[in-house]
Amino acid sequence: MKLEALLACFGQMSCVVTQSTSALIIGMLLFLVASGVTLIFGVLNVVNFAHGTLYMLGAYIAYTVYQPTESYFLAVLAGAIGVGIFGILFERFLISKVYGQDVLMQLLVCYGVVLVMDDLVKIIWGVDFRKMSMPVAFRLPPIRLGGGLVPPFYLFLIIVSMVIGLVLWFVITKTRYGKMIRAAAVNPSMVSALGIRTPVLFASVFGLGAVLAGAAGALAAPVRALTPGMGFSIVIESFIVTVIGGMGSIGGAFAAAILLGFARSFGSVGFPLFVDGLMFLIMGLVLIFKPAGLFGRAPR
Amino acid sequence: MQSINKGLPRAIGRRGIMTGAAVAASGLAMPNIVAAQNKGAIKVGMPSVFSGVFALLGQSSAAGARMEIDKINAAGGINGLKLELITRDSKGKPDEATKVVRDLVNSEGCEIILDAETSASAFAVQELVRELGVLCIHTNSETTSLTANPKLFAPTCFRSARQGIHDAIGGGRYAADIVTKKNLFKFVTAAPDYAYGRENTASFMEYAKIFQPKIEVLDQAWPKLFQPDFTEVVTKIINAKPQALYTALFAGDLVALIDQGLLYGMFDKMETFSVNLGDYGVLTEVKQLPSGLHSGTRYNRIVPETAENQAFYTEYTAKNKDHKICNWSWENATGATFMIEALKKTEGNTDGKKLAEVIKGMTIKSPFGTKGTLTMRASDHTVIDYVVGYGVTIPKDPFIKDVYMADWGPIIEHEADWKKRNGFG
Repeated sequence: MKLEALLACFGQMSCVVTQSTSALIIGMLLFLVASGVTLIFGVLNVVNFAHGTLYMLGAYIAYTVYQPTESYFLAVLAGAIGVGIFGILFERFLISKVYGQDVLMQLLVCYGVVLVMDDLVKIIWGVDFRKMSMPVAFRLPPIRLGGGLVPPFYLFLIIVSMVIGLVLWFVITKTRYGKMIRAAAVNPSMVSALGIRTPVLFASVFGLGAVLAGAAGALAAPVRALTPGMGFSIVIESFIVTVIGGMGSIGGAFAAAILLGFARSFGSVGFPLFVDGLMFLIMGLVLIFKPAGLFGRAPR
Repeated sequence: MQSINKGLPRAIGRRGIMTGAAVAASGLAMPNIVAAQNKGAIKVGMPSVFSGVFALLGQSSAAGARMEIDKINAAGGINGLKLELITRDSKGKPDEATKVVRDLVNSEGCEIILDAETSASAFAVQELVRELGVLCIHTNSETTSLTANPKLFAPTCFRSARQGIHDAIGGGRYAADIVTKKNLFKFVTAAPDYAYGRENTASFMEYAKIFQPKIEVLDQAWPKLFQPDFTEVVTKIINAKPQALYTALFAGDLVALIDQGLLYGMFDKMETFSVNLGDYGVLTEVKQLPSGLHSGTRYNRIVPETAENQAFYTEYTAKNKDHKICNWSWENATGATFMIEALKKTEGNTDGKKLAEVIKGMTIKSPFGTKGTLTMRASDHTVIDYVVGYGVTIPKDPFIKDVYMADWGPIIEHEADWKKRNGFG
């Protein structure tokens, strides 16, 4: 434990700015992945353990599109849409078969997909790690803010992630489609009885969750090493975010992701050997004092 | 009403015990039976990681060993017997590695093990091989104590991989000279949080301080292996305001650190020493490789700059389009070469003790030796005289210039002293 270093950091504007930006970028990318997990769980009641695979796929598709085009915009778009399509197929052909079944069955199906996709990635892209280069527009020196350093690319990622988060919030709370999603989350039988085609709705929700994961993977690709199995660690953190925020709560996922971002960023200064432990500690405390999560509703 | 015994295992009877004993006995006798049935070939088992994020380890290890095995087979084999390499995936788990090795020997009839495991599993494999008695060459584990600690000594186990303490002495000398010249003594370190990262960093800094006592370590970062984001590590390093950075991160983690560090202009602020940067997989994937970083020469086609090394590079890259040549490639080719030379001397006899006797102290011609040869030191069964080098990065192939190759005389002197200090002497 290095409490002195942490206190010294709080005493320096440069350190606070640098660590806070770091916290926001960690948190926002985590939010994009975790919001998909929580959306799928909230509506479909499916614990999608294969969500990390969707993140990995988004990164690899973006990498593939970026090589010939050198367009980051196209790469991110292809990553998000490609994974969205994959997500819909995944839901139709596999996940829809285990709706309402035991969580172990869901786990088995998801784990099977993780293994198959990891092997497919190996066959297509090889076992070497891959790297997408930084888009030329972002090859800039960091911006100095209050003595701290803020990379322009991270600023861009934070803004884009926030915009995606806001669009998601708008779609879910202000549109007819969002109303259907929320209604299906509460009572899918009633939604079906009202003439809404729930299989299509469910597939679209899964696809939306997949788009979010794919977009996160694609957006982060320039600063990540791409390897088969890279989705494993992100899926663990995403589930921690989902549990802390409350299963099914998008707002909760946002708050929890930012909280974990700050815990990781400042934790690395004050508790360098306990950064991962810190995340689990926060999750444990939330489960003890608010078992449904920060923004989750207790089951009726 | 359900029986309370339902679902519980049945008691084992006398007949069951006899059957079990017979099966166990046949299993123990298996190596000789299988070996006898397979005398058309000498089977060589290779446990390694062939799946997940670390699959490159297995892929490059098998490719390196296979190159040498193919050559001897093309030349007619050993006394007419071909060598056959059988690989198995341990998924990087020590318990799985021992299971796999046992299967390779007992079920597949392997008579030699090229252990291409990580350090975590190599220790477990060594303990098992002590019991099995076959020849085993550790081709990837760099953790010094595996062969340096006399308590762990196994008579039929050898190491063809580079060794942490050798790299630390050579790298420490190089770093001390650079920082002395530039008057920069405040270091931070960043290394993966497991045995290799901890041991490697501790010994590198120990020797850097021995050669330049003014060096001090301000802070240390220990990211988890394969963690997705290194932003917190980069900002921690920057906030410590060091003059130099030493990192033992490798593969994708090192690429991520460099790319994320570049966003913060981290490498303009400090001298960077990276023991594992010198692998082609890393050098080619860092798209904006900064000039002037100090990189260990894990494997490079110009270090040493000989026709033999260039030929190895050309042949390997032509045969293996699916991955890039790396440190593990030469370490495994070396392990296979020692094995082949030993088999030639025993005329195909695969008895572990006999092979160990001839490998002990053996010197082979090699493209990876500082003087064109490598020696398997008899005292601790580990390879010496390989290239321990550092250089300065440049953005284009061969990615390195101003190469420094450490002299093995001082390395051996300091190593002997280190062994004494650590009770290994």
